[in-house]
Amino acid sequence: MATFTQVLRNAWEENPDQVILTLQKAGEEDQQITYRGLLEGAYGVAKTLEKNNIQPGEVVVLILQHGVDLVFSFWGAVLHGAVPAIMPYLTEKLLPERYRSDLEALIGVTKPVAIVTYPEFVTEVNAALKEEDSVRAVILSDSFEPANQPDFEKLAGSQRDGEDIVLLQHSSGTTGLQKGVALSHNAVFHQLDNMGIALRLSVDDVIVSWLPLYHDMGLIAGFIMPVLTGIPLVLLSPFDWVRAPQRLLHAITRYKGTLVWQPNFAYVFLAQKIRDDQLEGVDLSSMRAFINCSEPVRDDAHQLFLEKFNRFGINEHTLAVSYAMAENVFAVTQTVIGAPLHTEDVDRDLLQTKNFAMPASSPENAVRMVSCGYPLPNVHIKIVNQYGSTVKDRRVGEVAVSSNCMLTGYYNRPDLTAATMLEDGYYLTGDSGYMVGVELFITGRKKDLIIVGGKNIYPQDIEQLAMQVDGVHPGRVSVFGVYDDDKGTENVILVAEVETEDEEERHTIRYQIRAVVTRGSAIALRQVYLVDPGWMVKTSSGKNSRYANRERFLKETTSK
Amino acid sequence: MSQDMIAELAQIIARDILKDPECIIKEDEALLSSGLIDSFSLVDLSLLIEDRYGVRIEDTELNPDSFDSLAQLATLIQSRIA
Repeated sequence: MATFTQVLRNAWEENPDQVILTLQKAGEEDQQITYRGLLEGAYGVAKTLEKNNIQPGEVVVLILQHGVDLVFSFWGAVLHGAVPAIMPYLTEKLLPERYRSDLEALIGVTKPVAIVTYPEFVTEVNAALKEEDSVRAVILSDSFEPANQPDFEKLAGSQRDGEDIVLLQHSSGTTGLQKGVALSHNAVFHQLDNMGIALRLSVDDVIVSWLPLYHDMGLIAGFIMPVLTGIPLVLLSPFDWVRAPQRLLHAITRYKGTLVWQPNFAYVFLAQKIRDDQLEGVDLSSMRAFINCSEPVRDDAHQLFLEKFNRFGINEHTLAVSYAMAENVFAVTQTVIGAPLHTEDVDRDLLQTKNFAMPASSPENAVRMVSCGYPLPNVHIKIVNQYGSTVKDRRVGEVAVSSNCMLTGYYNRPDLTAATMLEDGYYLTGDSGYMVGVELFITGRKKDLIIVGGKNIYPQDIEQLAMQVDGVHPGRVSVFGVYDDDKGTENVILVAEVETEDEEERHTIRYQIRAVVTRGSAIALRQVYLVDPGWMVKTSSGKNSRYANRERFLKETTSK
Repeated sequence: MSQDMIAELAQIIARDILKDPECIIKEDEALLSSGLIDSFSLVDLSLLIEDRYGVRIEDTELNPDSFDSLAQLATLIQSRIA
């Protein structure tokens, strides 16, 4: 099998003038980057890493914003044979101390030897470093060697083996940061081959993406795949997109985009936040598929999206769904491109109480499920019960995946890797779902994980933060997600028991919880619900039951 | 004039963005950097301002460097009206 550097070398030799990447930034001209430009810039970074005595196989953490420095650094690390890991940049909301402790946690587990960042961010990075840690160099973007013709013969990246680890992916959240998914060259190329067949990818495709690169969907579908397969990529900044979502549609129009990946909430966001006068000139008729991925897919979000945008040249054939995870590089399933999605209404009671997904007999008691499609070639799925045995069709259980593109392991965490693998090599995803023939439907999650806008949130992280507030006691906080139709994603709700009945004091506590959570996690709570002592529902082991607390919260707030 | 606008903005934000009409926002309280208004609601804020005051807050201005409090937001709007 090939390596990243070999494939890039081919592109350099055969299509140096092809524009492979168009970078968009609000208020600036689009920046078109050819393979030549990309590899010369990346070569400059590779030389910089060499100069800093970074060895092939060592991990380099990239803390950079959307832009050319991040692009060159990622591919520069690859050319040097080092292992890049992109970390989210500090946002204005997040408390610097909190960011620092996340970074320290990452350094502690992943043991990177270098961090690449901006000069203006170096004090933040240095604050997270310790004398005895693994980091030998903090490399600044203004110290990059100039772009130059790569000498592939001498590049350390040319000496890598297909089984070597090529990159790490860390999911966000403190719990997630300690879990870097390590992927090999072979795994990534297998995934690209499998996806290529499922999506019938061709050189006529144009991928448009606003997704962040520290997340698997953005990193693989919206960055690595296009660059390694020669499909032009138009890359917007997530920061720009959330402030002016119409930018995505104008980028599709201008560059005749054919494929876009985004999480469910984005369909609702685009449908609701764009005004007609911002849609002048938009033409989406070049699109082959908007692929819904990374959070539970809802039919109503799709309907809103079509209602708003069908007059611009899309219809139900332009919608697709994929079920994906970093541990499988990316996609596990894919619906058929160009065919309408399969939905089915299943009986709510049977689903919730018997874990059985049977067609509903009446619409009042139905839950609408959207199919995630079929396993990619070389990917196998089974649904297992708590003992790890396969269950029958339409029985809900945990989704387990096996493929030719699995992770090498969680980096430096063989314990975690072992804990998620069945004896036969299937990976346990933590998601629940059912199969109908070879078609997969996802019903929810086994764990208490909350997904907001495609971002994974661990409730225990937020509960921990809230417990710092005066008047809030450890163990008396519960955090959970409640799906919001208006937004197409989950709202994060926090319930806390407090003793004071004084309304003024309660107001202060509410305000402080909100502040401490936002500054500590960059997550905005939809509601802080204060209750009297004794409200929380505990499990038999004395822990808070988030599920039961959520039920109680919903009962109280909807009956009001 | 400015105080009226601040009071009105406080009301609009509490009602239409936070969906909590009871919420009291002080004029110098941080709106963006505190996470009170999350990034997904920034578009709403600019649309509401355009509807009410007929001035545009460009998407590149939707960050704490341009404004972070009600007072700063009111100043920004007034500079556009003038």
